[in-house]
Amino acid sequence: MAQRMIWARLAKVALLALSLLVAGAVTAAIEVRQFDDPVLQQRYDSLAASLRCPKCANQAIGDSDSPIAGDMRERVALLLEEGRSDREIQDYMIDRFGEYVLYNPRLTDRTWLLWGLPAALVVLGAVVIALIVRARRNASNRALSAEERQRLEALINRERTR
Amino acid sequence: MKRRLLLLIPLAIFAILAVFLYQGLSLNPSARDSALLAREFPAFQLSTLEDPDATVDESLLTGQVTLVNVWGEWCPTCKQEMPQLLELAERGVRLVGVDYKDTRAKGQAFLEEFGNPFEVNVFDPEGSLGFDLGVYGAPETFLVDAEGIIRYHHTGYITPEDVERTILPEVKKWRSE
Amino acid sequence: MLDKIIPEIGHFALILALLMATLQATVPLAGAATRRPLWMAFARPMASGQFLFLLLAYLCLTASFMIDDFSVAYVANNSNSMLPWYYKFSAVWGSHEGSVLLWSLLMGGWGFAVSRFSAQLPRDMLARVLGVMGWVSVGFILFILITSNPFERLLPDVPQDGADLNPLLQDFGLIIHPPMLYMGYVGFSVVFAFAIAALLGGRLDAAWTRWARPWTNIAWAFLTVGIALGSWWAYYELGWGGWWFWDPVENASLLPWLAGTALMHSLAVTEKRGSFKSWTVLLAIITFSLSLLGTFLVRSGVLTSVHAFANDPARGTFILVLLGLTVGLSLLIFALRAPRVSHIVGFSWLSRDALLLANNILLVIMTVTVLLGTVYPLLLDALGMGKISVGPPYFNTLFVPLTVLLCIVMGLGPVARWKRMPGRELFRRLVWAGLGALVLAAVLPLLYTGEWNLWVSLGLATALWLVLSLMRDLTDKLRNASSPGAGLRRLTPAYWGMWLGHLGLAVTIVGVTVVSHYNVERNVRMAPGDSVEVAGYTFTMQELRERRGPNFIADTATIAVSQAGEHAFTMHPEKRLYLARGMPMTDVALRPGLLRDLYVAMGEDLGDGAWALRIQYKPFVRWLWLGGLLMALGGIVAVVDRRYRRVRETAAQARFEEAQA
Repeated sequence: MAQRMIWARLAKVALLALSLLVAGAVTAAIEVRQFDDPVLQQRYDSLAASLRCPKCANQAIGDSDSPIAGDMRERVALLLEEGRSDREIQDYMIDRFGEYVLYNPRLTDRTWLLWGLPAALVVLGAVVIALIVRARRNASNRALSAEERQRLEALINRERTR
Repeated sequence: MKRRLLLLIPLAIFAILAVFLYQGLSLNPSARDSALLAREFPAFQLSTLEDPDATVDESLLTGQVTLVNVWGEWCPTCKQEMPQLLELAERGVRLVGVDYKDTRAKGQAFLEEFGNPFEVNVFDPEGSLGFDLGVYGAPETFLVDAEGIIRYHHTGYITPEDVERTILPEVKKWRSE
Repeated sequence: MLDKIIPEIGHFALILALLMATLQATVPLAGAATRRPLWMAFARPMASGQFLFLLLAYLCLTASFMIDDFSVAYVANNSNSMLPWYYKFSAVWGSHEGSVLLWSLLMGGWGFAVSRFSAQLPRDMLARVLGVMGWVSVGFILFILITSNPFERLLPDVPQDGADLNPLLQDFGLIIHPPMLYMGYVGFSVVFAFAIAALLGGRLDAAWTRWARPWTNIAWAFLTVGIALGSWWAYYELGWGGWWFWDPVENASLLPWLAGTALMHSLAVTEKRGSFKSWTVLLAIITFSLSLLGTFLVRSGVLTSVHAFANDPARGTFILVLLGLTVGLSLLIFALRAPRVSHIVGFSWLSRDALLLANNILLVIMTVTVLLGTVYPLLLDALGMGKISVGPPYFNTLFVPLTVLLCIVMGLGPVARWKRMPGRELFRRLVWAGLGALVLAAVLPLLYTGEWNLWVSLGLATALWLVLSLMRDLTDKLRNASSPGAGLRRLTPAYWGMWLGHLGLAVTIVGVTVVSHYNVERNVRMAPGDSVEVAGYTFTMQELRERRGPNFIADTATIAVSQAGEHAFTMHPEKRLYLARGMPMTDVALRPGLLRDLYVAMGEDLGDGAWALRIQYKPFVRWLWLGGLLMALGGIVAVVDRRYRRVRETAAQARFEEAQA
């Protein structure tokens, strides 16, 4: 019995160690890669920041030091040197890893709500403001109701008599 | 009455959100389908692990249903799943290995130690085939039908239950297509 | 002998706290419903008792950490005998179980504070407020006891030593960041409780908003500081110099912050003008609900995040039930009890009322945007529509225009008067601020870099518009007084609070704009003797050596930095290996400054004594957090004002309420 408990504990420790290995991947990726062309460099940086590492919890390939992120950065650099466009490079990655790798989801039939709702809310918000202000512009600032006035007077009288 | 209904809107929105959150509890956010499902196995031209002079390409995977397993000597889970792969081979499934980001010597030693269920192993030291397959960690397993189309994808460890519950039924299903 | 049973004492204290919370949640509410003073009087002692026992439980857990009692599973997993004492102290909230205990303790603390400082509240109001808070406490203490007990023992096989605190958390920022953040999250439970109490009591007048405002401000200030600290921690600890990642966990803290900001403004309108009553109540419910939702998202594992806690489905289910009950019931109460007829207060297009309405709508749109982006992948997945990611590019694209809109309104708001403001006068008072902002924003980037940049100009114009309109408002107020001194004296702390808060946002916007566009980053290979120039500074690696810390070993580089040929200072970036967990960590060398940070991080050992280094020049990055601190300060300053007023008004107001009841 005790033996079994020890094994169970060991398994737990092993699991913990494994999860820590994953956590270890949180350290930054630092690589000596520099393009001669500043435009290319800028495009590389922005691609590295907007492509998601498929292996990591939630990191761009530019921020992760997991091996696959390194491979992907290398491939991005290679494709850039070949003269591919950003769109083509994104397509290239989507072909292999799915749309999941885009941090900037494209407008498709399943993301229209994502992009559309904020825009729709801005329009709706403007309409709501317009309606409320129009309704209230002419409303006189209502004074206290008769009942409220009575209560207030009663209070004031009570204060005085005190 | 109309206003009362308006006041119920926040509650309704929250109820919908709560249903999704409840469903979210039983989903695994890190599990994903391969982007290559229902697509042709990517083209490649690589030597085999067994023989540096022998080259193979994607035609290796046409003709019959094949299970392609991406592994590497450096990957501890690959060692654990070897018994299941050996069992699959024994039960008549054709297996092809992709030795991913490995050295030839280490890969060969691995097969010697843990057994070799593979008909042949594609040697992919740079991980280029792995990249085209969208592999982001070993082991990963792909089921390819007789036309060379990828039909099923399994990320990570194949447990003995997985063999019975998903791998074998999938093999059977695509054989009969 | 006693030290052997500390965890059991803690566990028992927790059970007693649950008992007190249950009494606090039931008896006073029943008393308020049936008008029994004795039952209502239960609220205050129970709130004190609950807090006391939570504090005892918390101290017991802290003691277990301090004496290295590795028979306690939570201690064994999150501490180590080599860990310095101050990290043992903060390791108490280093993981899930302890952090929920901290959350509950702070919840009890807020309840205790309400019971202390609300002597002037009508009896039934206080009973209801504390009763509602009691319910929330019951939920969280039950959560701890059932799914996340930090006092669980590892007996009889006690480990020799602990697994150590995650090295990422062994840091000063992490000692203070979570308590601040939780103070904010939990603090919103007070205004939530006030809103529910007002609904239950059927007295949805402006009075409850007057009592709730200071509590809201303080909670909001804590949350602001918490978020700023989290961003600062990510900046220097994660090792790549980013300061906001739109990670689900960050979004979880931003959601209640945005809603809370809207709430502060809407409370002001309701208190001053008596309008938007139902809306304010709804916002109070939403703000706290978003705090709870954030907790669910972070702790249930439904989203992938760099910072998520270890996941356990039982915990996720429990929080979801808790969330569903709290939010569902409160929204139901809202739907049933919110006033049927709204009180129409007139105002025109250009009035502070209308501008605050616009502010609220914009802040709500921002909240919805963050929520939508955060849960959208989950929604698609639940519908079986595949996996997508929503990340920084999405949020940045939407937040830039929304922030600009918000700031335009913010510049007008303080200058405009309640009810109505002649357009001509508003134009006259702000035309120079507007023109000045546009001209300066166009010229400044040219002077700074010699290049024109539309996005920098947009950001600067936004910030300058805020600053210049605030200045104009202040000078107008001083000029209208008999003397500037008299004018200054007449300005209330509430006004200064607004002024600082708005200024803080402008400062943050400047920081975001400048550091996003003028950040210089170089990744270089360096060996001793090599040097590299970045943004006018020359970095020379002088020495590489190994050193031993209390629980880690490190490779340390000595980097001499010179500017214009003159040696200025040295920097010491480190790559550490934490022994207990075998985990590598980058310890960044920072040279902070008001106008720029220099940032050096060590990457990989490239062999031959050379290392990959990331050297960054980050202009104005400090302004990000400076702005956050100014905002928080504004929130606190405004409270001072309320307290003065409260002391004077207390008596009359309490009688007024009593008479109304």
